[in-house]
Amino acid sequence: MSATNGPVRTVLKGGTVLDATGERRADVLLEGDRILAVDEGLDAPVVLDASGCLVAPGLVDLHTHLRQPGREDAETVESGSRAAALGGYTAVLAMPNTTPAIDCAAVVREVLELGRASLVDVHTSGAITVGRAGEQLAPMAEMAALGVRIFTDDGTGVQDDRLMRRAFEYASGLGVTLAQHCEVSALSEGTCMHEGEWSARLGLPGQPAEAEELMVMRDIALARLTGARAHFLHLSTAGSVAMVAAAKAGGLPVTAEAAPHHFTLTDACCASYDATFKVHPPLRGDADVAAVAAGLAEGTIDAIATDHAPHPPEDKERPFDQAPPGMLGLEYALALALTQLVDGGTGMTEADVLARLSWQPAAIAGMERHGRPVAAGEPANLCVVDPSVRWTIDASGGASLSRNVPYVGRTVRGKVRHTVVDGEAVVVDGEAQR
Amino acid sequence: MKGHLLAISDLTRAELEEVLDVTDTMVEVSGRSIPKVPALRGRTVVSLFYEDSTRTRLSFDTAAKRLSADTMSFAVSSSSVNKGESVRDTIETIEAMGIDAVVVRHCSSGVPAQIAAWTNAVVVNAGDGWHQHPTQALLDAYTIRSHTGSLDGLRIGIVGDVKHSRVARSDIEAFTALGAHVTLVAPPTLLPPSVAPWQVDVSHSLDDVLGELDVCYLLRMQRERMSEALVPSLREYTALFGLTSARADRLGKDALIMHPGPMNRGVEIAGEVADRPNAVITEQVANGVAVRMAVLFLLLGPGRHALPPTGDPSSAGAASADDTTTEERP
Repeated sequence: MSATNGPVRTVLKGGTVLDATGERRADVLLEGDRILAVDEGLDAPVVLDASGCLVAPGLVDLHTHLRQPGREDAETVESGSRAAALGGYTAVLAMPNTTPAIDCAAVVREVLELGRASLVDVHTSGAITVGRAGEQLAPMAEMAALGVRIFTDDGTGVQDDRLMRRAFEYASGLGVTLAQHCEVSALSEGTCMHEGEWSARLGLPGQPAEAEELMVMRDIALARLTGARAHFLHLSTAGSVAMVAAAKAGGLPVTAEAAPHHFTLTDACCASYDATFKVHPPLRGDADVAAVAAGLAEGTIDAIATDHAPHPPEDKERPFDQAPPGMLGLEYALALALTQLVDGGTGMTEADVLARLSWQPAAIAGMERHGRPVAAGEPANLCVVDPSVRWTIDASGGASLSRNVPYVGRTVRGKVRHTVVDGEAVVVDGEAQR
Repeated sequence: MKGHLLAISDLTRAELEEVLDVTDTMVEVSGRSIPKVPALRGRTVVSLFYEDSTRTRLSFDTAAKRLSADTMSFAVSSSSVNKGESVRDTIETIEAMGIDAVVVRHCSSGVPAQIAAWTNAVVVNAGDGWHQHPTQALLDAYTIRSHTGSLDGLRIGIVGDVKHSRVARSDIEAFTALGAHVTLVAPPTLLPPSVAPWQVDVSHSLDDVLGELDVCYLLRMQRERMSEALVPSLREYTALFGLTSARADRLGKDALIMHPGPMNRGVEIAGEVADRPNAVITEQVANGVAVRMAVLFLLLGPGRHALPPTGDPSSAGAASADDTTTEERP
């Protein structure tokens, strides 16, 4: 198979290169796991057609529930990585709310090992507290030694103020970032949607925006106190966005992400009692959806992160108040962003969207091989996107083992044509290659 | 009325009035020496109650039997549900036995709507979570109408724990659709997070609104609300929102006192007040059977025009069903 004079070369031909440095017409020549050249008129034995496409650094998801170990019926590292590759991602950050939780070196090693055989670069976060129980700090240093850079109890927030203060202090000594799922459980326990007109009408217990905002407020205060880096997961309210904007203006080292569903869907979706629309934080009202989109446009929110959260149909068919929260996202995030944010009148360009899907999240997670400029010598982690393709999202769930898709029937713009991970074309013409 | 009965808001004013009109006939049927008509002969109605409710289950069961339907009761507490069977599997199993309607009660809002998507049978919501209890609202509206002739322009106060009450959500929608002015009377902690979905007024003082009411509808006050810090004590609740004897004296002479039951005498309503002539609480229960007959008849029966003529028990039933084939609505 291999050529006598070195590894097989591949060219991404006819596209427009778009990265943090700008946009230009160029072919991209790959050799091994590196970019060999970026120029016009390049050729190679293997040609991947990129005409009409953007050739960009691969997308990076800061928030992926791969469900392994523990819920391999919902998703595995392998199936989730395939969904990621099809969505244009070259790297994902696994969330630690598995069974057992990713809260020690042994489980980190297991996930990273599974990731090595998968289609994309699988990184993992680690839990802040043992078992994500919010009582005792997890051994962050031993996990950091294995490359963990983001710690979170995602699925829940660390409730105890003193413990969170200590976590921030300890994390600052390791140079790692704490990422919070902001939700004050005293205000959210027993709830299953946003509190407002729709929860009133539907007779479902709701949680107010303040359940999220109080913890955003506290963590900004603790970041100020400790000097530690804080990352806010899936911001969903106008108040949260405003507080993060103020914290950034005050020079605090805080970053934030938002999920596609929080700039696309509202709590009115819950009227069907279809638990596909149940998610934490919950779908909010129109004003919050607009504020999240504006926060992304203004740069207050640094990243779009999927919060890809697979659940099997039998779990999502339970009564709305008993079903688990979460929805799929990996194969829809880019198209939703182009449709809702670029075409939706926020003023964002395709470059702005890619910044929030690729190089900005890569920087937050310290993923040095992703989100890099498309230039000679850089790692060949790329996605090739046809921004003109319109397609309608179906109920299949794509490559995920689950089918909890809240966007069924929605027509969106932008489709991933190829994804290249460490020089390997794992997706070609929209088909996963393994 | 077509399809399922999941929420009052699914019905137009005309459809609500149709149910109440048919209920008149069913009251007449219920008053006969043999209170039974063959309107639903051969139809099977299953009650699927995930939450205990003897009175509602018996009321539906009686209604179905008076219409000559076959009835089955799926007792959840002693069934496969306790072995972890999903609602969907349960309904598909029951449907495989051949049923025409399923009457559903569940502690979670929305379960009847979910079931409606999984079955071809007609689904009748017999109470879901805090969401809806449509037949309760229909029997309440019927009871009021039987005293006043119409709900148009009536001033109705719904007093108490509106927040957690499916009865309140259904009553609000039924009463306002039929032309009444509804005022919710409760401390802010017992109101829904928003009342914007409805055309209602809100008051935090029963004393302020008492004198203007044509109907004073009291909701059941549940003791667990105290532990949720929604009210400081039952004593304080009763002092502010209970229909005490003194407050009942300030109601107009013809004002109706209503309660969905079961009552906490001495809490939301004084024991003596519940027994006054203008308290129509047992009438509500009696009308419940007739309203549920009307609902089952309209959803499952051959059509309204096939109703037995009032006062002529001998002609009721199958013979008139033949008319329906020629007069089927488009």
